[in-house]
Amino acid sequence: MTAEALLALAILAALVVYALAGGADYGGGMWDLLATGPRARRQREAIEHAIGPIWEANHVWLILVLVVLFSAFPPAFAAIMTALNVPMTLVVLGIVARGSAFVFRKYDVQADAVHRRWSGVFGVASFLTPFFLGLVLGGLASGDIRVEGGRVTSGFLAGWTSPFAVGVGLYAQGLFAFLAATYLTVDTEGEADLQEDFRRRALAAGVCLAPLALLVFVLSRHGAPEIFQTLAGAQGLLLFLGTSVCALGALAALWRRRYRWARAAAVAQVTLILLGWGIGQHPYVIVPDVTFESAKTAEPTLRLLVWTLGGGTVVLLPSFAYLFRVFKSRDRRA
Amino acid sequence: MSDILAARAQMAVSLGFHIIFAVLGIGMPLLMAIAEGLWLRTREPGYVDLARRWARGTALLFAVGAVSGTVLSFELGLLWPRFMELAGGVIGMPFSLEGFAFFTEAIFLGIYLYGWDRISPGAHWLAGLLVAASGMASGVFVVTANAWMNAPTGFRIADGRVADVDPIAAMLNPASLNQVVHMTLAAYVATGFGVAAVHAFFLLRDRSNAFHRRAFAIALAVATVAILLEIVSGDATAKMVARHQPAKFAAMEGHYRTEPGAALLIGGLPDDAAMRTPWALRVPRLLSFLAHGEFGATVTGLADIPRDEWPPTAIVHLAFDVMVGLGVALLALTAWAGWLAWRRRGLPDDPRFLRACVAAGPLGFLAVEAGWTVTEVGRQPWIIWKIMRTSEAVTSMPGLAVPLVLFTGVFLVLAAVVLFLLRRQFLETDPARGAAAAPGDR
Repeated sequence: MTAEALLALAILAALVVYALAGGADYGGGMWDLLATGPRARRQREAIEHAIGPIWEANHVWLILVLVVLFSAFPPAFAAIMTALNVPMTLVVLGIVARGSAFVFRKYDVQADAVHRRWSGVFGVASFLTPFFLGLVLGGLASGDIRVEGGRVTSGFLAGWTSPFAVGVGLYAQGLFAFLAATYLTVDTEGEADLQEDFRRRALAAGVCLAPLALLVFVLSRHGAPEIFQTLAGAQGLLLFLGTSVCALGALAALWRRRYRWARAAAVAQVTLILLGWGIGQHPYVIVPDVTFESAKTAEPTLRLLVWTLGGGTVVLLPSFAYLFRVFKSRDRRA
Repeated sequence: MSDILAARAQMAVSLGFHIIFAVLGIGMPLLMAIAEGLWLRTREPGYVDLARRWARGTALLFAVGAVSGTVLSFELGLLWPRFMELAGGVIGMPFSLEGFAFFTEAIFLGIYLYGWDRISPGAHWLAGLLVAASGMASGVFVVTANAWMNAPTGFRIADGRVADVDPIAAMLNPASLNQVVHMTLAAYVATGFGVAAVHAFFLLRDRSNAFHRRAFAIALAVATVAILLEIVSGDATAKMVARHQPAKFAAMEGHYRTEPGAALLIGGLPDDAAMRTPWALRVPRLLSFLAHGEFGATVTGLADIPRDEWPPTAIVHLAFDVMVGLGVALLALTAWAGWLAWRRRGLPDDPRFLRACVAAGPLGFLAVEAGWTVTEVGRQPWIIWKIMRTSEAVTSMPGLAVPLVLFTGVFLVLAAVVLFLLRRQFLETDPARGAAAAPGDR
């Protein structure tokens, strides 16, 4: 396997982990905003407790994607940040608003009015940022962004303003909401009433995902022909079957209150969806003009990056395992 | 406002904002680790109480540092895509390493902040040490990338693209070591004096308060060691700049005419048209000595630099003098502290000295801002020294005044909220009350 293929794979892997970990943190923010009923405050506390210790570490996966992209494929990074300047700016504003509102809420006085104000900012930013991230991914796949001789020629609106990109944005929101609610059913073990709240939310979000997925698929026919071709082929059928089995499995497990199974199925579902996107997108970074091959930088850098990522992972995995063991162990009120 | 100016202004605002939090993110974990280490040694609960209180403030600062750092990593592409296109493959290494350092920092900070009652005290202290080490490493890697912009090595340009790339040589460029040491020490200087100021303020109200005495002693000790080394590092860094970036050095010193035995100019306002720096205090031959170690050495002046490669002289010279002046002021404060400590064989707590410490609180941070102004403005008109002009690097996106206003607004709001929350945390709580856990601790 070539160094650039390994690095492209590393980017996809980091995106998958970001969706699974960071995505669920966005989803947590959405459920924070939508916290209702007599247990609203307790729902918010459960969410805060679940994401408090880990959201900053989860956020770094996105930074890793950016860094590997600009180190290994600098012309692609330059073109993406030019053509998708507007949605990228919105993403980073969302990240700032969400992260800072979350800590400000924790360290401000705990009066209800103050708490609600920060919760509002945190929740709205958690809602919008995945949508903007979806616009970016949709734009990359759309085939509307044109790059000639390293210069973007399609202006600053191409791709991300298409119905397909909007569909991807909505789908990303739904997916993250579903992930978060499913995780929270496990995080609230031992508090049956809260667990029921999040079970209902996970079921609702999971059911909503089906029409959203269909919408993205239909829109991709014209909105992202490259992706559509893959999804409509034999590989696509396999992916579709795999994703459907996981989705239905997750819903069934939620229905039967087998929460750990539901979480595992949801993780597999999201992984398969991103894998499908990755396969459809391959070999392009930006469809149809920029490939990983055409955008790769000098060979010594690529090789060294592979070694760095490998070495970094060796340090990182045990650290993450420790972090999750300390905070996600069964006795959450240690 | 032209787009290039808007882009530069946005970058300056973002860096100027982020650097405060980056500095505290490097410095605070060290203070916390020292306090907690003292607790493990002495089992004196006051120390762990101190570590916990510092940790609360650090959590807030770290989060704001993380999000403002994210803004910067996006801005590299949003504002300077042509720069990243050229440089990404050469300086990607330090950025990737920084990514992993940031990961380590975020993971163990999570464990540190939320894990007080979940892991053993020894493991908790180790987590704190890892936060301090990885925070420092993050800074080292980012400054390495910046140093490459000042002393680009490890590649050559062929047909407008980089060739023969050697990422290790790029990291080990001639500016790296000096810049890295200078900035890392600066983080400890600024944090040390900043924290000492807060506790000096409380000691002025109650000089016998054990909590604040311990805190003041740790912060002042760190600041003292750091400022002494920083002065040495500053001298080495200036010599490096004189060797590698004569235009930047000449602008720093307001020095126009190439001459042997050049005088050091302190203050004054450089006048590019007249090519002189009026109202400056002149110290004959000292500039030659500071630049090259010999009183007779020749120092290149701006006159020997092509006019279109001059940095904005007045800004660079004044920023440099501000940085050096603040460094010398802090050194003087340290000398006073040393004298008082030696005379009393104890913590210097003379009220006049405490008042001076309160006043000196912001000086380290101002020096950092001034120092970065020297580094960045002094490199102009280049984004990569002698390789790429800043004007060639900027995005083709029009209307850059819009994100400038947007992000400046965001940073102003963040700054206001952080100041408000920290101030309340400091002033409206009674830290002398003992080890009662604050509401955020679990």
